[in-house]
Amino acid sequence: MAHSNSPKSIYKILFALPVVVGILAVVKLMHPAVAIVIAVLAVILAVLDLILLKTDTSKHDYLHAGAGLYSWLSTLDHKRIGILYFVTVMIFFLVGGIFAMLIRTELFSVGATIMTAEQYSRAMTYHGAVMVFMVIIPGIPAFLGNFFLPLQIGAKDVAFPRLNLLSWYCLLAGSAVAFSSLLYGGADTGWTFYTPYSVQLRPAVVLMISGAFIIGFSSILTGLNFVATTHKLRAPGMTMNRIPLFVWALYSTALLQVLATPVLAITLALLAMENIFQIGFFDPALGGDPVLFQHFFWFYSHPAVYIMILPAFGVVSELIAAFSRKTIFGYTAIAYSSVAIAAVSFFVWGHHMFVSGQSEIAGVVFSALTMLVGVPTAIKLFNWLATLYKSSINLASPMLFAMGFMFLFTIGGVTGIFLATTALDVHFHDTYFVVAHFHYVMVGGTLMAIVGGIYYWFPKMFNKMIHEGLGQISFFFIFVGFNVTFFPQFVLGAMGMPRRYFDYLPEYQHLNRVSSLGSYMIGFGFVVALIAVIEALRSNRLAGPNPWGAKTLEWTIQSPPIHDNFEKTPIVTAGPYEYR
Amino acid sequence: MSTVKIDSQGLAHAAHYDNHEHEYQTGKQGVWLFLATEVLMFGGLFVGYAIFHHLFPEIFAVGSKFTNWKYGTANTVVLLTSSLTMALGIHFIQVGKQKAAFWNLIVTILCGAIFMGIKYIEYSHKIHLGLMPGSWFTGNPDILAQEIGMSADAIPANLPLYFSFYYMMTGLHGFHVLIGMGAIAWVTWRLKRGDFSTQHYTAVEGVGLFWHLIDLIWIYLFPLLYLV
Repeated sequence: MAHSNSPKSIYKILFALPVVVGILAVVKLMHPAVAIVIAVLAVILAVLDLILLKTDTSKHDYLHAGAGLYSWLSTLDHKRIGILYFVTVMIFFLVGGIFAMLIRTELFSVGATIMTAEQYSRAMTYHGAVMVFMVIIPGIPAFLGNFFLPLQIGAKDVAFPRLNLLSWYCLLAGSAVAFSSLLYGGADTGWTFYTPYSVQLRPAVVLMISGAFIIGFSSILTGLNFVATTHKLRAPGMTMNRIPLFVWALYSTALLQVLATPVLAITLALLAMENIFQIGFFDPALGGDPVLFQHFFWFYSHPAVYIMILPAFGVVSELIAAFSRKTIFGYTAIAYSSVAIAAVSFFVWGHHMFVSGQSEIAGVVFSALTMLVGVPTAIKLFNWLATLYKSSINLASPMLFAMGFMFLFTIGGVTGIFLATTALDVHFHDTYFVVAHFHYVMVGGTLMAIVGGIYYWFPKMFNKMIHEGLGQISFFFIFVGFNVTFFPQFVLGAMGMPRRYFDYLPEYQHLNRVSSLGSYMIGFGFVVALIAVIEALRSNRLAGPNPWGAKTLEWTIQSPPIHDNFEKTPIVTAGPYEYR
Repeated sequence: MSTVKIDSQGLAHAAHYDNHEHEYQTGKQGVWLFLATEVLMFGGLFVGYAIFHHLFPEIFAVGSKFTNWKYGTANTVVLLTSSLTMALGIHFIQVGKQKAAFWNLIVTILCGAIFMGIKYIEYSHKIHLGLMPGSWFTGNPDILAQEIGMSADAIPANLPLYFSFYYMMTGLHGFHVLIGMGAIAWVTWRLKRGDFSTQHYTAVEGVGLFWHLIDLIWIYLFPLLYLV
């Protein structure tokens, strides 16, 4: 469609499609699940097409290196694949967010309000599974990482461009399989698929498991690609002690993706076999052990928590350095603490099972190892604080998100230490305290970093500036709304309100209402962020090569970058943060 | 990034690499990383095996009596031979004897097929006896006891669990053998097409590494399931 100067587009048709299938679903001519899938796909394509519509063929950059939707769907350019992930993850975030809103709306009052208990279990499952497998895990590495890892180390592309594209299709295929479970009434096991409930043969659960299994391949391929890229494709002079901290974080994450995800693959494969053939590994009726499933599952899924948060640390390191206008304090400490977190993360999975009948010795060991994670994490925080000390802080909207991250992540991290304390965990286990803790880490941490990273790197991706006012409004609503939503949940958890339940005792209603109202504030904040992105795409505020005056390699080239990234392979002679 | 460049030695490589050697080394690292994921995936099964072996040693003692060490040994020899021919195939490409390389790769595929054939015979025999995994197990204790020359009450009630492990481990392994055969067929076809030379054989070496890993996994499966 970019062949002429007045490109034709199909985005209006694509945007109309969700309305059409919506009507068909309402008048019961179409299964609602099919309608949802078609609507989601149409919106993905429409947004892609909208971006393409804005292109101008007289320019020479990666956005114009090929014309039309097909050139995107078959692209091997890491930057374009990054954008494909950007759009996909945004759509999935919208889906997961809608489920979150439904959950909070149901919990607004005591008793059933907008859904039944069964529907609630499903909403909770899809909220968890979508946010974990389709949003947060691919969120930073596959989107921002894909785009900026090669740029930051002076490479022309990732090591294996075809695998890179394949990983995106794995995410799409896995998500399609996972969502197809809605056709069978939907899975209701929670995203953790605990046995024995998850092994009573139900097609929805099997499809959900298979979807997560396929998405796992996407994650493995990305990780494998990034490890090889970091090792082999650095520009001359870009030694391991000169790579930006974002790359260190992505590298540690990639190691986890390569080493942990295969264990999830075999676990989910066994679970699927358990469902289909009743092989009995996890079924006590056949001599199996349901707690073994928990061990297997958390052996992946605890490292997966660091797959989700380590890249966020990387983004924040970049933001702090760029907006403090000062050389980062303790580069080596921040870099190696990422690797240290990755290493320790393999030995802490048992803290999910303090009350699952594991031995006391195991409990003590896992408790101590879990607290150990606090050390490299605190090293990072203190180094960021030391960087801020006596620096020239520019409180632009990306930096606001970095500061918000530090505040929220500290609360999330410290409450993690509470939960690692076995005596306290007996009280807090399976209460809202846990829910608040991991939302402070995952939303207050990772999602804040994603939005900050998008605002920071958007000028490089599209040569357009995000509207600063919209950026600040979105920060205000996300940050304040977040605390309003999740801080009361710490209190509710300490009061004993159990998690995952559809209903609660009347005395919890007051704080639940506060929490639900907060969730609408977060939702509004993210809508403003989305508007900020669309508004910036359509604006004429050109960014130029380096609007923030940052020092890493990606800011030395034109915005948006050319297809080959660098006109000439850069020769690196200094570290990444040579400010002052 | 799909454009191809020619380096100073006259070898083609993808444009984002410095030269052919750079591409070769990176590709090889990618394959090793992939093998690491395979090891960890099978690792999950081996850990499960270790745990249940510790919990119920008797089912593994009785269950392994239903496996035939002669078939197992034959398959071990077949796979070891195939690893040899795979390595020879790469060697002959390196020294420019493409025809010898071609036949070695063909023998490797045939060995894979023989392996799967023997597995088919073993599986059929077990299914005939009703030795199925988990709740699909239909074996009659009297007939089973007769088969291994023991009394019927020596057959543990949770014996099916052994066969769950047997089928999961050999099944996943057999699946990998099939994938490996397909991959070798692919490089054999590319060899015939003239894609490889004494200096360019990255894909063959990658597939070879994968095939050796499959062989290695069998070297562990054989004693654990047949001889323990």
